[in-house]
Amino acid sequence: MRAWHFSENAYPYLPPAETYPSIRVSLPNQIYDPAKGSDLYHRYIDEWLIAEDEGVDIMLNEHHQTATCVDPAAPLVLAILAKLSKKARLLILGNPIANRRQPVRVAEEMAMIDVISRGRLEAGFVRGVPYEILPANSNPVRMNERHWEALDLIVKAWTTHTGPFSWEGRFFHQRAVNIWPRPWQQPHPPIWISTTSPSGAAAVGERGYVQATFLTGFEGTRQVFDGYRRGWQKAGRKGPVPIDRLAYAALVYAAPSEKEARAGAEKLLWYVTSNKVPMHIANPPGYVGIAANLAMIRGAEHPLSGFKKNASVDAAIESGLMFAGTPDQVVKQFQKVYDYVGGFGHLLIMGQAGFLEHDDTVLGIKTFAREVYPRLKQLYPDSTPSRTPAAAPGTAKFVGASAGP
Amino acid sequence: MKTTTVKLAGIDVELFEAGSGNALLWLHGANGFDPAHPFVKPFSERRRLIVPSHPGFGKSGLPDWLDRPDDIAVLYLELLDKLDVARAEIVGCSLGGWIAAEMASLAPERVTKLVMVGPAGVKVGPGDKLDIPDIWALPQEEVNKLVFHDPKRMIPDTSKLSDEQISIMLRNRETTALLTWEPWMHNPKLKHRLHRVKAPALFVRGVSDGLMSATYVEGYAKLVPGARVTTIAAAGHAPQLEAPAAFAAAVLPFLDG
Repeated sequence: MRAWHFSENAYPYLPPAETYPSIRVSLPNQIYDPAKGSDLYHRYIDEWLIAEDEGVDIMLNEHHQTATCVDPAAPLVLAILAKLSKKARLLILGNPIANRRQPVRVAEEMAMIDVISRGRLEAGFVRGVPYEILPANSNPVRMNERHWEALDLIVKAWTTHTGPFSWEGRFFHQRAVNIWPRPWQQPHPPIWISTTSPSGAAAVGERGYVQATFLTGFEGTRQVFDGYRRGWQKAGRKGPVPIDRLAYAALVYAAPSEKEARAGAEKLLWYVTSNKVPMHIANPPGYVGIAANLAMIRGAEHPLSGFKKNASVDAAIESGLMFAGTPDQVVKQFQKVYDYVGGFGHLLIMGQAGFLEHDDTVLGIKTFAREVYPRLKQLYPDSTPSRTPAAAPGTAKFVGASAGP
Repeated sequence: MKTTTVKLAGIDVELFEAGSGNALLWLHGANGFDPAHPFVKPFSERRRLIVPSHPGFGKSGLPDWLDRPDDIAVLYLELLDKLDVARAEIVGCSLGGWIAAEMASLAPERVTKLVMVGPAGVKVGPGDKLDIPDIWALPQEEVNKLVFHDPKRMIPDTSKLSDEQISIMLRNRETTALLTWEPWMHNPKLKHRLHRVKAPALFVRGVSDGLMSATYVEGYAKLVPGARVTTIAAAGHAPQLEAPAAFAAAVLPFLDG
């Protein structure tokens, strides 16, 4: 079991939510005070380094035009952490490559961070949430196809060492790719992909990359992991999916007393409740398939939207979105989800949100690291760190993988 | 009146045909085509009406290589070949107007009359302001107000539509995004090609069209030699649907003239 401290770099100092239609995309940046924002950047970086001191790894992500995550260039923050941290694995989850015009630039950024950190990079890639479409001016149709082509190009850029190669794909064109530096880890850093749909997970499973799913609770997570297992087997692999291929992101807050834990957990709910986004921004054309859109017109609701309407700590724990309480309680809640979904090797801890202040955040990190984490490691000893084994040059092979990208 | 499938560049294209006489190629807009549309009767009484569903619309296929309106323009030149139609009148609505403009600039000799109804396709205004409002950055109710003169009358009640009908609407919406996303609703090259158009051209705009402003339509018409503009009362972006009688009264005499 590996645990990762994840913080979204949120900017919580906002006017009342009734005064704006959307916290994402259209919220005017006059609300953002650069002085407060600067303090927040420094504080969140400090918290990642405290997590590292406590033996927890580091995870960050990227969003655009939003107060929920003021990290529109995650590789920049990752570069700072690559220099300041010493031992933690550094997970970016991830690079929104369906929305970035130059996959080769992404390959270069990731290779730099891998080299600066002396091989501690875990390179994650995301299709990106629907609210990223407008900021990127990115066509929501055929995003998956762009995503996979971009990733194949990145892997080829990482693993080609004999001078320039060319790429004439459906979406990307390059005549002479020859990145400097090349990655520290060989053949390349471990690759993670996040998706919250079973069909998306099957595509990840076929490729054998690490699969992360966010706030999908008991049912959703099991379906995603089942999808991954199907894809894994479909690619002709024998044996079960290694536990380190699967990751689950939840809201996590542990504290010595129930009262402290409850107070911290309440604040952590901001991560879900603050996400006020109107339908036209949340559901651009083509982002989800026709069948899913038809179901929505007929009244179906996304589980997380349903939860948001009556969000509470109890409901979050009940749904498997949150592990919060004393160390004993957190371990029990975790075990329930773990057993239900078939196990996973990485816990991605959303450990800071909204007005969870520095001291509270640190209390959560330390209590988890000292009182919960050792027990999880003991309970689930298959805690092989995710890493890419040596493979023949020019190929991309993963633990147990028979098919490259 | 018949609906068939025709193979164009390997794509199965759904094709509606009705009436006889001079060939009139009708290019539908982003909402797609329905044989029950009110313009079908008046136009098929006077013309051989030919209405393909664009790739990705209706039941037409959509290959992975196709992503621009001018791809469809080339496809429809092939359609005219297949149907043995040497020269045709073209009516293009909205997105269909864009395709019509591409066709008329690519093959001016094949177009006898050009009718552009609230057409997309060019950029005539300043670079720091969209010529055509971003319909994907607005709530649906706001978009409805821009599209229709009387949204209450024109917006379908989805509870009365079949799953298949809704799925087609959703697919049409998705393909519209695919074709128009970037550059937004226009081909930067098109305005440098429109001087080639030979056919007499009529631009038609519903007076309440909130998508294609009067300034935009006039600017567009100026790019087509000899084109004139007419306005339809009590109609928005789709006068052929919202005010079919007034629309036919404005367009049929132009085609006959």
